[in-house]
Amino acid sequence: MAEPLHTGRTRGMGELIDIAGKTTELAPFGTTLAELGRERPEIVGLTADMGRYSDILPFRDAHPTRFFNVGMAEQDLIMIAAGLSKVGKIAYCTTYSVFITRRAYDFVAISCAHSKANVKIFAGMPGLVNGYGATHQATEDLNMMRGIADLTIIDPCDATELKQVVRAVADIPGTVYVRSLRGKVPVELPDSYRFQLGKAQVIHEGGGKVGIISTGYMSARAMDAARLAAEQGIASSVLHVGTIKPFDTAGVIAFAQRFDRLIVAENHKTTGGLNTLVVEALYDAGIMKPLIKVGLADSFFECGSQEYLEAKYGVDLPRMLRAILEGN
Amino acid sequence: MTTLNHPPGSADLPALKARALNLRRTMLHMASGKGEGYIAQGLGIADCLAAIYFHELRYDAANPAWADRDRFVLSTGHYAIAMYAVLAEAGYLEAAELPSYGLNGSRLPMSTFDDIPGVEMVGGSLGHGLGQAVGMAMALKLDGRPSRVFCEFSDGELQEGSTWEATMGAATFKCDNLVALIDCNGIQADGPVTVQIEPVADKFTAFGWDTVEVNGNDMAALVDALAGAREKNGRPKAIVLRTTPGHGVPTLVARDRAHFVRVDNSEWDALKAELESTHG
Repeated sequence: MAEPLHTGRTRGMGELIDIAGKTTELAPFGTTLAELGRERPEIVGLTADMGRYSDILPFRDAHPTRFFNVGMAEQDLIMIAAGLSKVGKIAYCTTYSVFITRRAYDFVAISCAHSKANVKIFAGMPGLVNGYGATHQATEDLNMMRGIADLTIIDPCDATELKQVVRAVADIPGTVYVRSLRGKVPVELPDSYRFQLGKAQVIHEGGGKVGIISTGYMSARAMDAARLAAEQGIASSVLHVGTIKPFDTAGVIAFAQRFDRLIVAENHKTTGGLNTLVVEALYDAGIMKPLIKVGLADSFFECGSQEYLEAKYGVDLPRMLRAILEGN
Repeated sequence: MTTLNHPPGSADLPALKARALNLRRTMLHMASGKGEGYIAQGLGIADCLAAIYFHELRYDAANPAWADRDRFVLSTGHYAIAMYAVLAEAGYLEAAELPSYGLNGSRLPMSTFDDIPGVEMVGGSLGHGLGQAVGMAMALKLDGRPSRVFCEFSDGELQEGSTWEATMGAATFKCDNLVALIDCNGIQADGPVTVQIEPVADKFTAFGWDTVEVNGNDMAALVDALAGAREKNGRPKAIVLRTTPGHGVPTLVARDRAHFVRVDNSEWDALKAELESTHG
């Protein structure tokens, strides 16, 4: 393998990164949406000047008359999507998570969720997957969006799940917020995996005393860490919470009851996201167990390469492994 | 299927003025005894609503979901009193239900929700209407439907950046089936319109819209402006309405704090008499 040129610096947002040892799939969101668009003529696609960087261009190329770029106007993106939906369209819209959540929150809440608008928001670059610093890192998006009633929130693990989610949301009534994955997206889950709305699923059954509850691509990292830990004699299992809202309280409790200690892992601050949801569920169920939070601090984060940022802020593979092996 | 006003024939101005008077009577009846509310805005927009619902708009009150209906999008949700009055006048709502306006548990709350027959959007958070109307207009064009979208919003909403995002969007997507009805009544929550928004018509023209400016309380001017907004020429249409809050009831026109006007219980009969004498 050639020397990677991308380490040690902030990368361009359009740059496609090969991840060592991973099978990847290019633009699973856009290619699946383009396919689905052939089956469902009521689907329209929108972006706010982030077509290239949200992977929706395959849809544009396949269905040019049903694609709209509203420019750098996220409020307009959401309002137009809501209006399109009120005339029978299923509006898939894209930009970065930060701009959907921080810029257009009121519009997602009122024009979409409150209005039960058939709008499917594929929010690119969620969490710490972008080296452009805090302006481009949606590290509190789950916290914000879970506060909106009548909004479905999905945080897919990999390309396999994302492709299924693209199709599934077309039949989920109302507004859906998906933490989308772009570029060369790793394939982590087996072909047999089936996304089920509102159902957490065990994606690594290793038994043991350590239960990992995770969401988004941190579920893939959790599986990697669990496999490495098993080689060192520590068994663990991974529950992937693909749907953040509605939250699978019963599934999480049933899983947590099986283990002596728990790890919650998310590509998000440890406040207001999955960790908070898990702790709320456990407390309500009267379950008190040691629990390690793997996630981001309540802070704004700097620019840099993905590897640098993940290591610095404690969401990389060694951090996961330490939580399993050492319990801290 | 009974559909109204398509294509609009010549306007019956006395009949439209009688409709507007009825709307004002209804609004005073709805507001009576409630002490305060958005009656001033309602009285100000009544002529426009009469012109829309009884001359220009294509709809079927018995089938609010009719796919080929024109859409009337009320962005100023707090104009609910006027919206319910016209929806009752048009046959969407029962008149007997109207006095429940604003009361606890009523399905006619002080701000509009889209579960009310004939209401196309959740109002209340200002700056949401025009963008949704643009989306509706785009979808109707995409489907090749003849329907048009009429979107009312206010001069106060011109202070919301989202309105200007939508203004650009409408021109970009060539929404010539969209008619903006911009209620410039000169007031907002804290008093007179506080931010420099003029010249409104010039701004919309500069943004690529076909724009006219009329006295929004002059029925003949309204009807003419609406007729001029039918052209399919690739450009969205804007009608800047100069309206007087409280129009038709001089005591309310003169009252301070017109945005959320206070009215003593003892005053309503006199206000109703004023309305009748003004129109008499």
